[in-house]
Amino acid sequence: MTLNTFRNVLFSALFMVISTMGFANEDTENPENEKFDAKEMILHHVKDAHEFHIMDINDKPVSIPLPIILYTDNGLVTFMSSEFHHDDSGQHIVEKNGMKFVKLHEKIYQLDGDAEAVAFDEEHHPTNASKPYDLSITRNVFMMWVSVFVLLLIFVTAARSYRKSEDNMPKGVAGFIEPLVVFVRDEIAKPMIGEHRYKKYMPYLLTIFFFIWINNIFGLIPIFNGANVSGNIAFTFTLALFTFIITTLVGNKNYWKHIFWMPGVPVPMKIFLMPIEIIGMFVKPISLMIRLFANITAGHVIILALMSLIFVFKSVAIAPVSIAFSLFITVIEIIVTAIQAYIFTILSALYFGMATEEEHH
Amino acid sequence: MELVTPGFGLVVWTIITFLFLLFILRKFAWKPILGAVEEREDGIKSALASAESARKEMQNLKADNERILNEARAEREAMLKDARDIKAKMIADAKDEAQSQANKMIEQAQTAIESEKKAAMAELRNQVASLSIDIAEKVVRQELSNKDKQLQLVESMLSDAKLN
Repeated sequence: MTLNTFRNVLFSALFMVISTMGFANEDTENPENEKFDAKEMILHHVKDAHEFHIMDINDKPVSIPLPIILYTDNGLVTFMSSEFHHDDSGQHIVEKNGMKFVKLHEKIYQLDGDAEAVAFDEEHHPTNASKPYDLSITRNVFMMWVSVFVLLLIFVTAARSYRKSEDNMPKGVAGFIEPLVVFVRDEIAKPMIGEHRYKKYMPYLLTIFFFIWINNIFGLIPIFNGANVSGNIAFTFTLALFTFIITTLVGNKNYWKHIFWMPGVPVPMKIFLMPIEIIGMFVKPISLMIRLFANITAGHVIILALMSLIFVFKSVAIAPVSIAFSLFITVIEIIVTAIQAYIFTILSALYFGMATEEEHH
Repeated sequence: MELVTPGFGLVVWTIITFLFLLFILRKFAWKPILGAVEEREDGIKSALASAESARKEMQNLKADNERILNEARAEREAMLKDARDIKAKMIADAKDEAQSQANKMIEQAQTAIESEKKAAMAELRNQVASLSIDIAEKVVRQELSNKDKQLQLVESMLSDAKLN
């Protein structure tokens, strides 16, 4: 038993190291004479991309092409990202419906009129191109859908196992899921919102909790190339926006009174507090957005920076240190995945609870 | 700066994806799971409540039993006491009866003895009378032959009679 456990740990550590090495190796696309740019590599990983880059074999990138969807002045344009031939410097021009597109730093530009190539100003911004609305299925959108698929698989299966069993006993995956669901209900929703009103918010809280958690976990799996969904500000912005909208919609008279005319303090204080409370209304969801984004992105950046050390020092001797440290950080990050999902959920619940709190005397 | 600027496309897709996920999970996962959990919790609660009430009922039943048992015991006690009284009374009655019967019998026996005695006395008297007559007759006969002898005879006879 102990031997087995030990072997499992050893194998998973080995696997992690190997896959992380593979994940770091792909960044050796720079020719040997070129200096390795750790910042560039890290930002490239942390940001979104139009193709699902897996690795480089003999300097040839292996990637899954993803659909590009653009909303231009002349309507929707769709094509596969492979048409750019992995070009990200604005050199390769793709012509569709009489419009010319280039990809520059993972942004799609539409060339103006009859321009044949992208012209740049001193700060390397294109001068003769505009950005159409980019609704592409990017790497993050793709990974988000994978996570949705996995979530549906887990939870719908769990829900079905309840329907099958006659005594409502959890079986199979439901036995693993139920404590988590009960945890969200008893440790987050009930104490934060209140015994009588929590039920309405349960679907939302459970959904954000598991959605954030699973995307945090997926971000740590090296083979998914560190798809940084929950460390993308657009993702955290959207979830925070939902929390803000719900808080604003369910806010009762008591909540608004506390914002605009704080009870129980003198009038000058009421006037003084009003702008602060109004700012607070927006700061709460913004803090949610930044907290999740910063925590997850920081984790990715640290792991990648540790891995970059090998290439910065150009030495294999540093690899054990890098691997040991990044393994350590990865273990911490595994804990952080759950903690950040928990914090986002519990704070959302707290805001709902504050918005629906009844006046107490 | 680009890192902290939400991308338009991802925001749109996140909204769509999240709403989709929320509605699907709400219908097909959260409702059944939470429903099952709540149902089970209610079941446990009601089972506990019914166990409690059963326990109380049991206690009541036990108390009832105790009471009935006590009543029965008291009744038995009373019955035994009655029986004992009756027994004592019966014995006493029987004793009285026997006593009176015996007294009566003794009385009868005494009367019978008395009457027998009287009869015997009467017969004795008759016998004495006839004996006296016989004696008198013999005396009279002897007197005819010898006056002395007659006297002698009378005298012996009388002494005999005295002895009787």
